[in-house]
Amino acid sequence: MSDRRIGVYICHCGGNISDYVDVEKVRRAVQDEPGVVVAKTAMFTCSDATQQEMVQDIEEQQLDGLVVASCSPKLHLFTFREVAKRAGLNPYQYTQVNVREQCSWTHTDDYAGATAKAIRLVRGGIARTRLTEPLQPIKIDTVPRVLVVGAGIAGMRAAVGLADLGLAVLLIEREPVVGGRVAAWGAMYPHGKNGRQLIARLNEEIKQRENITLFTCAELVEKSGSIGNFNIKIRVGGNSGQGQEIITARVGSIIVATGFDNYQPVAGEYGYGIDGVLTLAEYKELLDSTEGKLFRHGREIKDVVYVYCVGSRQQSGENPNRYCSRYCCNAAVHASIEAVDKNPGLHQYHLFRDMRTYGKYELLYNQAREKGAVFLRFDHQEPPVVEKMADGKLMVKVRDLLTYSEQIDIAADVVVLVTGMVPRDNGSLVDVLKLPLGQDKFFNEIHPKLRPVETVVDGVFICGACQGPKNSSESVASALSAVTQSASILKKGFVELEPLIAQVDPEVCRWCGECTSACPYGAIEQVQYQGRAVARVNEAVCKGCGGCAPLCPAGAIDLKGYTDEQMKSMIDAFLKEIV
Amino acid sequence: MAGTTKEGKGFVPKILAFSTNNISDPGIDLAGSSHMHYPPSVMVVSMPCTSGIKPGWILHAVEKGFDGIFIAADGEECAYLPDCSERASNIVKNAQALLQQNGYEPERIKMSAICSVCAEPFTNQIKAFYQIIQKMGPARKG
Ligand code: SF4
Ligand code: SF4
Ligand code: SF4
Repeated sequence: MSDRRIGVYICHCGGNISDYVDVEKVRRAVQDEPGVVVAKTAMFTCSDATQQEMVQDIEEQQLDGLVVASCSPKLHLFTFREVAKRAGLNPYQYTQVNVREQCSWTHTDDYAGATAKAIRLVRGGIARTRLTEPLQPIKIDTVPRVLVVGAGIAGMRAAVGLADLGLAVLLIEREPVVGGRVAAWGAMYPHGKNGRQLIARLNEEIKQRENITLFTCAELVEKSGSIGNFNIKIRVGGNSGQGQEIITARVGSIIVATGFDNYQPVAGEYGYGIDGVLTLAEYKELLDSTEGKLFRHGREIKDVVYVYCVGSRQQSGENPNRYCSRYCCNAAVHASIEAVDKNPGLHQYHLFRDMRTYGKYELLYNQAREKGAVFLRFDHQEPPVVEKMADGKLMVKVRDLLTYSEQIDIAADVVVLVTGMVPRDNGSLVDVLKLPLGQDKFFNEIHPKLRPVETVVDGVFICGACQGPKNSSESVASALSAVTQSASILKKGFVELEPLIAQVDPEVCRWCGECTSACPYGAIEQVQYQGRAVARVNEAVCKGCGGCAPLCPAGAIDLKGYTDEQMKSMIDAFLKEIV
Repeated sequence: MAGTTKEGKGFVPKILAFSTNNISDPGIDLAGSSHMHYPPSVMVVSMPCTSGIKPGWILHAVEKGFDGIFIAADGEECAYLPDCSERASNIVKNAQALLQQNGYEPERIKMSAICSVCAEPFTNQIKAFYQIIQKMGPARKG
């Protein structure tokens, strides 16, 4: 019936499977399936001993297909692909059947039912495996050069890191100067170094490295190609005609470090618009430019009120920023220490919702309290109200949760709105790179814990505050992980991509162009085949989503690993009678 | 004779569920790891993305003996296609039309977005769908 030689291994997983599924019955039910030449059960298929046994079977029995019925493929797909590889079997002729998470564990209440289901699932896996063909990973030579978009603290540090690993760097910055937000900052915690100095030092480092090329007033305007080998176009000299120049280059990967915007309060938000109500950024400017006591319009500032969480952790309104901006509590507490150091007689009141001076910043918080700052906690449903008084001073009314919601009136010279971070408007960059945004409109990583700087666009990485609120040390840490991820691709000299991609049958295709518009990655191109135009999938660009396949009116497109034939024969196998 | 008819209480519908490798399949796995129960005549097949399901497979499955098709969709979380939900609902519409042309009820297909931690929603929905199909009776009459 089949000339395939398939080995099937059914796992007990200790008892995780065999306590709820009659694995021996499953083995008997599948051993005579067409193409099966070896059918065994094993206590732990992933153990070294069983892996060794499988390698031996594959070699001795000359197996050309492998099925392991065990846990979820999320756990061991790659383990068993490696087993296949070690034995000289093409890893894409291996199928993992999930009889643990999706069978034994979820039907612990039905031994007969679970056993029957396992038989069906394994038969399906065998049917699919019968129709596998050996596939080779797609190999692409990489260009040892990286494009870094954004020369703030994260982008600059990334450039230096890459250069030191021997990779060439194109560093581009939209503004006429480098340094981003940090360049504008004064003293920073913990060493009191100021932002300007930090950036100047990084700038020196960049200048010393011949393999970094920096362009200011530059934007990425085009990207094609794929991981390891992108073709990019950079527009230098602003977007108005004069002095404008387009530079083309090839790079192996792209690191996006475009940073954040400061939240801009709307008029009337906590009195914003009244003279004396400042954002945190405006207040820091005032602090950084003053020696000694603070003055405004010639009048000494004696009382300062800080209102926290402005623009962060919003619960209502249109598109609320629900996230915590995480740096602002620290920045405000730090600013208030600076302020009281300049004028020890200053009275400062911090109106907060929750104080999030995490980690070492907790010491700052204590320091602020020791220096006399008063902390009052408000309920976000009853936020402080800021009004202008007749004498020109400001009046802040707040109910303090820490003293049983007592109403407290504070007269202030300055009210500082502790504003958070918002995503930048990166519209054109998003279009060029096709980067996904999260619900909060910051760039989105693939996995927040396991793949924190990678994006769904292979070879494009994100770092720093363009990905979500971060302080500068967190930004630099993520920049360096983007460096590592880039280098891990580019230092090897080639990348290997999964070959489970779409394919067009040129015999069936009658070039209607439907699939080209269906593919958001631009992976389908027109080629000539026996004198006719047909569609062809660019294997380096195709992501293997399969989205084009159902849309082809001629039925010419199949996704490898999920072909029509495979899916239908799996369905048939699921439904075979169980005796 | 209760034994000869597959309808009613004794009828055990077979349901084919399409899930996706990175989003709904982990949610269904989680249902298993949490020992949540649903009928074992539900079988799951996983793909890269919901938008890749061909309506023809659904018709094939129903013709060959599945009584219901559940699509555990990527929804908004799809990492491949920004308009995945829209594509998937078109696929469902086309598949429903295909079923209808061939004399099957379009209600035999149900789609719902299932995320990677949606263990309980999946279990509840698949159980509810199972009951609906049980009431409808087998797809292949006679
Ligand atoms: S292969 Fe998976 S199912 Fe088998 S013993 Fe290992 S963990 Fe358990
Ligand atoms: S949709 Fe199908 S027939 Fe049309 S061009 Fe693409 S592959 Fe060819
Ligand atoms: S499978 Fe997805 S990425 Fe590949 S060609 Fe089709 S739509 Fe494009």
